[in-house]
Amino acid sequence: MPMRRAHLQLAALAAVPVVVLAVFFVLPVAGMVHRGFVVDGRYDPGAVLEVLGRARVHRVVRFTLWSSAAATLIATLLGLPAAFVLHRLDFPGRRLLRVVVLVPFVLPTVVVGVALRELLGESGPLGGLGLDGTAGAILIGLVFFNVSVVVRTVGAAWEGLDPRPGEAAAALGASPWQVLRTVTLPALRPAIVSAASVVFLFCATAFGIVLTLGGLRYSSVETEIYLLTTQLLDLQAAAALSIVQLLAVVLLLALAARLRQVPDPTQRRVVPRPRPVRRSDLPAMAVTAAVVALVVLPMLTLLRGALRVDGHWSLDHFRALRTTGGDNALAVPVTEAIATSWRIAVDATWMSLTLGVLVAVVVTRRSTGRVERRVRGLLDGFFMLPLGVSAVTLGFGFLITLDRPPLDLRDSPLLVPLAQALVALPIVVRTLVPVLAGIDPRQRQAAASLGAGPLRAWIDVELPVVWRPLLAVAGFAFAVSLGEFGATSFLVRDDRPTLPVVIVRLLGRPGADNYGMALAASVVLAVLTGAVMLAVERLRVPSLGVL
Amino acid sequence: MVLELRDVSVAYDGVPAVQGVDLTLDDGQVLAVLGPSGCGKSTLLRAVAGLEPASGAIAWDGRDLAGVPTHRRGFALMFQDGQLFGHLTVAGNVGYALRLRRRPRAEVRARVAELLELTGLSGYADRLPGTLSGGERQRVALARSLAVEPRLLLLDEPLSALDVGLRERLATDLRAILRAAGTTALWVTHDHEEAFVVADRLAVMRAGRVLQSGAIDEVWRAPVDADTALLLGYARTLDGAAAAMIGGAAGIEPGPEGLALRRSALRLDDDGPLTGVLESFRPTPDQVRLRVRLDGPDVGGSAPLYDAVAPLDRPLVVGERVRVVVDPTRVAPLGSRSLRGSL
Repeated sequence: MPMRRAHLQLAALAAVPVVVLAVFFVLPVAGMVHRGFVVDGRYDPGAVLEVLGRARVHRVVRFTLWSSAAATLIATLLGLPAAFVLHRLDFPGRRLLRVVVLVPFVLPTVVVGVALRELLGESGPLGGLGLDGTAGAILIGLVFFNVSVVVRTVGAAWEGLDPRPGEAAAALGASPWQVLRTVTLPALRPAIVSAASVVFLFCATAFGIVLTLGGLRYSSVETEIYLLTTQLLDLQAAAALSIVQLLAVVLLLALAARLRQVPDPTQRRVVPRPRPVRRSDLPAMAVTAAVVALVVLPMLTLLRGALRVDGHWSLDHFRALRTTGGDNALAVPVTEAIATSWRIAVDATWMSLTLGVLVAVVVTRRSTGRVERRVRGLLDGFFMLPLGVSAVTLGFGFLITLDRPPLDLRDSPLLVPLAQALVALPIVVRTLVPVLAGIDPRQRQAAASLGAGPLRAWIDVELPVVWRPLLAVAGFAFAVSLGEFGATSFLVRDDRPTLPVVIVRLLGRPGADNYGMALAASVVLAVLTGAVMLAVERLRVPSLGVL
Repeated sequence: MVLELRDVSVAYDGVPAVQGVDLTLDDGQVLAVLGPSGCGKSTLLRAVAGLEPASGAIAWDGRDLAGVPTHRRGFALMFQDGQLFGHLTVAGNVGYALRLRRRPRAEVRARVAELLELTGLSGYADRLPGTLSGGERQRVALARSLAVEPRLLLLDEPLSALDVGLRERLATDLRAILRAAGTTALWVTHDHEEAFVVADRLAVMRAGRVLQSGAIDEVWRAPVDADTALLLGYARTLDGAAAAMIGGAAGIEPGPEGLALRRSALRLDDDGPLTGVLESFRPTPDQVRLRVRLDGPDVGGSAPLYDAVAPLDRPLVVGERVRVVVDPTRVAPLGSRSLRGSL
């Protein structure tokens, strides 16, 4: 019964990630939702529906949709020319620029919020624009974060795009603009729509950015959930919003999955070499320069803030990282938090890598039947869920569901890395799936026919293709873990904080010294993640960071 | 109207891919560029299309095309695997160039129908490229290229992705279609039989250079050297005493580079001038193929073993003494000066 055996294999491979995701993702989120529906032991959906009728909720939802749509549009319009320039043109420094554009993606949102306030605030370099505390500032923040998703996803597709249909069109009389409109953009449409839907998702569930830049005037669904759970203790309203969010996320993910294409490994394609810059590329270069400026300016402002002490240049803020801050703002010195972050990131990396490899293998194995194919499709979508569910919901769900035996895990040192691993999991899976799917199964069959056993065939065929993406995605997961704030802030113990948590705590304390220390710590964090990303970029894995 | 290449060279990062090519092509003619893979023939084609920066002069009707971008040259380009636009239907692909030129809808529809008829694809208008077979895709690609009556059609190994039977049929079809449309074409291929089916003129390329060009039968009758002869489908080349012996038997003077033999140049004939011993034989559907050890001078290191043919009804015994004639139409002198590089 070969069919039966294939099913058993699939089940065995899928078991570990499914159980982990069920316990550490579905259970907490379900627990959170459950709290909303059940009041005093009684099932009461009426209250949830009542919440959805509130004027404030309407306003919050409207603002979320509006700001997300606008930020998605801007990020896409800016990202497309930048994707072209960074992935299709050849000029010195383009590798560095790619890393620069990618770094915001792994920076903790809170740090970005701080950097943007430094930039746009009254005393900042762009203070004159009067954007501080406006919806415009939130939009800039959202675009800052997400333009890298567009550049990465569309850039990878563009880089692998066969140039010959475009050449055929040109030979038929299409001008460069007509080639772009009638051949290139239609070919890129899946990547563009996929990137845009993921960006919309990220914008709609953005937490740190809206919280730090929106203040009290602007609230999105995500910050509203946070407010309702932690400040107002209105769990029903929070649950209602969580459900709305969850539904929207599932819908968008389904759309993105439908549009995602895995290249057919049996089809030979010509991959073009990047070409030198021409005069006609100037508009695209200008947009790219604007994107780089958008990304670099806040970071430079951050650096400047970290180096200014009482109006002088100084490294005092960095020296202070060995202390617990003014008035003992912290329980441990920042340097110790850095060490903690490092250890947690190592754990989170192996966890997300183990889970991600299992999921990717399960998803990409050739299906033998329709049912099996459907099961694989569902699994694929299932593991994308952490991408869109709010970190607040997840973190709070952890707290309320994993607090009693047999799942009393609140004090387990593995809880934080596990939560971070789940956050990084979709990226790991999305990076590895195209790589594994791109291996022509006939290669393995050829190896088998020459006498290689399954393990040997894997070592000879898959491993040479996979090791580089594995290493790259390990670095990416490491960087994501270093910067993760949303879920970590709920779970981390006060005596063992991570770097982003320490930064936020410093920001919440009075005193210019603490603020300067927070900026210095942010710089350290940005440099660490940037260095990891630079190393990762050198591995040249096109599917890395593509969602 | 005429295409003229003078001293055209293309280099990638300083490595020459095409060197000093001179070629001309007259109106309505099909020029096949024949060469082994990697000889630079596709690069030459792309240079003509304006897709590769080339030095030297590429001119149309006496007008230099340097600085004219691909889309203004009016040359259509057809790739090995068609490169159909996957998001457009067959009709959408074929009518693409017409829509670019903003022709009225009715005209586009009529022209598309006409082209589908011409290429034997009537009824395929609404299919998507993904549902077509390789041969159908190439027909669509051809129809798409012909839609706006290009001044010159550039074909980059248009048939080599197809299997043999289909390749032969489609080569004949394409030739007829090009004839019917009166299209001037530059056809790149590594298959000499395909070149003979489709082309009026032939240019043989190797290592980035054109070694020989001319009317197809002229080139075929007098290859410039041994390598060219092998590319043209000759089975074997001889020089020195062996060339003199075979040439003498055929009544043909070997060229300065020797003599080229087709596989069926030697035939068993009881009145033949050459003698030898039958080493082995193998029947094929058309004739019996033999190996004969001829009496006479050694050839290289491989002893005087020659391919020959015999009719299927000739009884044969290995080891028997046989007599052989040489068919002069299946032998060509190599390197005759008069024909080298002419066109």
